[in-house]
Amino acid sequence: MDITELTVHELQEKLKNSELTSYDITKAYTDKIQEKEKDVQAFVTELSEEALKQAKEIDEKRKAGEELSNLAGIPIGIKDIICTKGVRTTCSSKMLENFIAPYDATVMEKVNAEGLIDLGKLNMDEFAMGGSTEYSYFKKTRNPWNLNKVPGGSSGGSAAAVAAGLVPWALGTDTGGSIRQPASFCGIVGLKPTYGLVSRYGVVAFASSLDQVGPMTKDVTDCAMLLNIIAGRDEKDTTSVDNGDKDYVKSLKNDVKGLKIGVPKEYFGEGINSEVKQKLEEAIERYKKLGAIVEECSLDIADYALATYYIVACAEASSNLGRFDGIRYGHRTENFTNLKELYRNSRSEGFGDEVKRRIILGTYVLSSGYYDAYYKKAQQVRTLVMNEFSKLFEKYDVLLTPTSPTVAFDVGSKTNNPLEMYLADICTVSVNIAGLPGISVPCGVDSQGMPIGMQLIGNRFKEETILNAAYTFEQDYKFREKYKPQFVK
Amino acid sequence: MAQVSKEELLHIANLANLNLKDEEIDTYLLNLQDILNFADIVNKANVEGLDITVGANEAKNIFRKDEVVEFKDTESLLQNAPEKERNMFKIPKVIQ
Repeated sequence: MDITELTVHELQEKLKNSELTSYDITKAYTDKIQEKEKDVQAFVTELSEEALKQAKEIDEKRKAGEELSNLAGIPIGIKDIICTKGVRTTCSSKMLENFIAPYDATVMEKVNAEGLIDLGKLNMDEFAMGGSTEYSYFKKTRNPWNLNKVPGGSSGGSAAAVAAGLVPWALGTDTGGSIRQPASFCGIVGLKPTYGLVSRYGVVAFASSLDQVGPMTKDVTDCAMLLNIIAGRDEKDTTSVDNGDKDYVKSLKNDVKGLKIGVPKEYFGEGINSEVKQKLEEAIERYKKLGAIVEECSLDIADYALATYYIVACAEASSNLGRFDGIRYGHRTENFTNLKELYRNSRSEGFGDEVKRRIILGTYVLSSGYYDAYYKKAQQVRTLVMNEFSKLFEKYDVLLTPTSPTVAFDVGSKTNNPLEMYLADICTVSVNIAGLPGISVPCGVDSQGMPIGMQLIGNRFKEETILNAAYTFEQDYKFREKYKPQFVK
Repeated sequence: MAQVSKEELLHIANLANLNLKDEEIDTYLLNLQDILNFADIVNKANVEGLDITVGANEAKNIFRKDEVVEFKDTESLLQNAPEKERNMFKIPKVIQ
């Protein structure tokens, strides 16, 4: 038995039956990291030694009969944008290369309260800006299915680590697709919760009206379990919402009979890779076979949503990233004679190209003379996008689209063309613009063996509906029994 | 559609407290123009009479009690300071 191939719910079962200890599990993962991290490059900070120590402590407590959560002693990986007390939180930026968070993010407090063991901080595009993890200041993470391909992004380290078996599950963040797209590229499950379901406190802000933390897991059951841990109202984030302590695992019924699924035809047109399209069509047939009612519908807002996304996200980012001034934390230049130079040179040295590009775009759309033409217009288009979704949810329970128009692309193939990189987010961004929940679940591989993801979008706070729809598909399709990452070199 | 000039780009970079090297200016100009050309599609959307949306949640005030929670770990805050003196952040002279 390879422990690193088990899901968390399987590990939990084995912990409960005393078939495995936390140390057995944690050691299996740290060994796997030893073996595979040199190929995958998923971690910014590894915590193997600390993790093994914690595992021993938890085993002793369990042995002594101390009351523990039934997930205590199971490891996890954390995207390096989430503040972890006493451990470096870098956002994969030179700006925060040496930043040690003085407190835990609320999601981290919840993870710790459950007794989960942090195996390390996972790589990402700098400040979560990117779709390939190539914009990390530290390293380029590789796709475990083919090491010449990107893992997607920005939560590419999290996705690759889960797919490669370097962590059993991970937390990511999603502002325009940063959980779902890498999940799709790496053949795992990734959920972006409804805006407000999960606290953003202690998560380095990129675009505050769009950012959400979410689970990245091997299967849908694990996804529901991790959502149970992180969801809920937090006093420290006024945009967070009370979800009434829902148990998302209970929503997994393996039954979609009568479920109304809308398939927006615009997401299957020009620009969608033919193999992606074919696998999605097979998935649609499977849903029909399983008793769902599937209908074609129209959602003609994809281009508007993408343009709106880049205007709104960059505007918010230019404001949020204003805090990096080289004074209280973060990179400080050595080259300055006055305060203004200190600010400018620290920022210019600390931020990478893509981050600067987005700050400049954001500053531009907010500047006098362009505010009305871009920013205000984008905010109105945001209303339009939300209205269009609302209309569809009067008729359908779930909307089904590809997660990404393509499978994972070659490392280096898009870094010189920012706009092309942005267009790759076309299927995911509208979900963030409207604040809806979306899940990516694997629905096949292409002729090169690269995973393809299906996105299921739900109405606000209807995580249970999309989780059940994803689960029912997964139980019938059995992706994990058919395909495994091959670490092709 | 807006055409971005070099002067405008430098003005914006100045507002954002960023330096652009000479060799960066042309690339940024090109990228910015590309992205703005695409983003201009928002001006084609029919948004007449639509309100703006600032956030995805219902816009209402969330109140809480104004209670002081003390954070005593000054050391962990100051350990991130690029320069400090005693328990203070050190910055260059503000008034020349």
